[in-house]
Amino acid sequence: MAKIITAEEAAKLIPSGSTVMFGGFVACGAAHDVIEAMENSDVENITGIMNDSAKQGGPDGSDYYGWAKLIHSGKMTGYIGSHMGTNPEASELWAAGKLKVDLVPQGSLAEMIRAGGMGLGGVITPTGVGTIVEDSPFTECKTTINGRDYLIMKPIRANVALISGEKVDKMGNVWYKGTTRNFSPLMAMAADLVIVEAVNLVEVGEIAPEDIVTPGILVDYIVVREKKEN
Amino acid sequence: MDKEMIKSFIAKRVAQELHDGDVVNLGIGIPSLVPSFLPEGVHVFLQTENGILGAGKLTDENYDPMNVVNASGMPAALQDGGCYIDSAMSFGLIRGGHVDACILGGLEVDMHGNLSNWIIPGKRMPGMGGAMDLLVGTRRTIVAMEHTAKGKPKILKECKLPYTALDCVDIIITEMGVMDVTDEGIVLKEYNPEFTVEEIQAATDAPLIISPDLKKMEF
Repeated sequence: MAKIITAEEAAKLIPSGSTVMFGGFVACGAAHDVIEAMENSDVENITGIMNDSAKQGGPDGSDYYGWAKLIHSGKMTGYIGSHMGTNPEASELWAAGKLKVDLVPQGSLAEMIRAGGMGLGGVITPTGVGTIVEDSPFTECKTTINGRDYLIMKPIRANVALISGEKVDKMGNVWYKGTTRNFSPLMAMAADLVIVEAVNLVEVGEIAPEDIVTPGILVDYIVVREKKEN
Repeated sequence: MDKEMIKSFIAKRVAQELHDGDVVNLGIGIPSLVPSFLPEGVHVFLQTENGILGAGKLTDENYDPMNVVNASGMPAALQDGGCYIDSAMSFGLIRGGHVDACILGGLEVDMHGNLSNWIIPGKRMPGMGGAMDLLVGTRRTIVAMEHTAKGKPKILKECKLPYTALDCVDIIITEMGVMDVTDEGIVLKEYNPEFTVEEIQAATDAPLIISPDLKKMEF
């Protein structure tokens, strides 16, 4: 059963050199406390797997929102994602050779993570055909089915998935609010270690069984968010 | 027309392409202006890649920037009957042909319907985000953009920048005119009477086929 720990303890579970999936979309739905604890820890050389480069100036009052902190500080040295437009610092670091970047289309990224978590050998998608995605290290090959061209994209897994939920019960069952859901349910399936940050920790039964999106059996650790002013 | 007027002009014409009940995905810039110009009686479901189906009007009451944002990460809201979905579902809707139209800008469009809008190597490298999936999967692609960039044509014989997707553009709407992308090439079917057809061709690298039914942009 999921164990409740502090953000600092969670950050210590993430070794330097790890691949980490960050749930969140422009950091909406990110595990903000744990990311801040990572920023204040000794961890380095993180390869982030997430949609985008987050942003500067978060609604929580932060200068660097979500994993934008780790990009800014240089703790994130690898970037597997689909977009960097919301925080151009990432593409500047890429251009300067300080961040290793692999870009894949957003829908392919979601399915590649899903495939990684659901025991599938890849994703067959028309997205990216005829583009430089064909040359990506994440593209296995091109194929034709029923006369249409597809790319076979490789599944992705990570050492750690870092997600958050509006309501998390003490067994680790997660309910997401609004658009905080995005990649998190997929990532919770695709990592060896899953840490969920609970905006609100609730008793078992307080989330109706039908409303549980990510089952607690997937969750290893729960961190209770301290900053709730937002 | 100044820059803002050009943008509104294009958005207003694009709005006429939408039908009541359409599921629509909007890019940033000019496309984001389109909902303000929808004809009376036309209501659409706005889909955002990050997981909104049925985006609604942002108010002081529903403002929740930590929990509800659009695909640019800006505060957003839901309309009645809308729902939140995860990223796999969001792109399942997109690739699976459940989104009727995507409206987006382009750096370059060519006469084969190819679009390049995601990267200028070495200069501007934001990544493709959801654009490649949208172009491949939505039922209709509407390119809404200014006709030229700093006087240089954006509608070309062949795109020079890396492609976002091949053979994906259905219609191009600019401040100069409305063009269908067909197997034969780009057909000018409406023109802004502020310009002559010769002026429009001069601002376009691809050869324009002039529709026998050519008419003025009117709305």
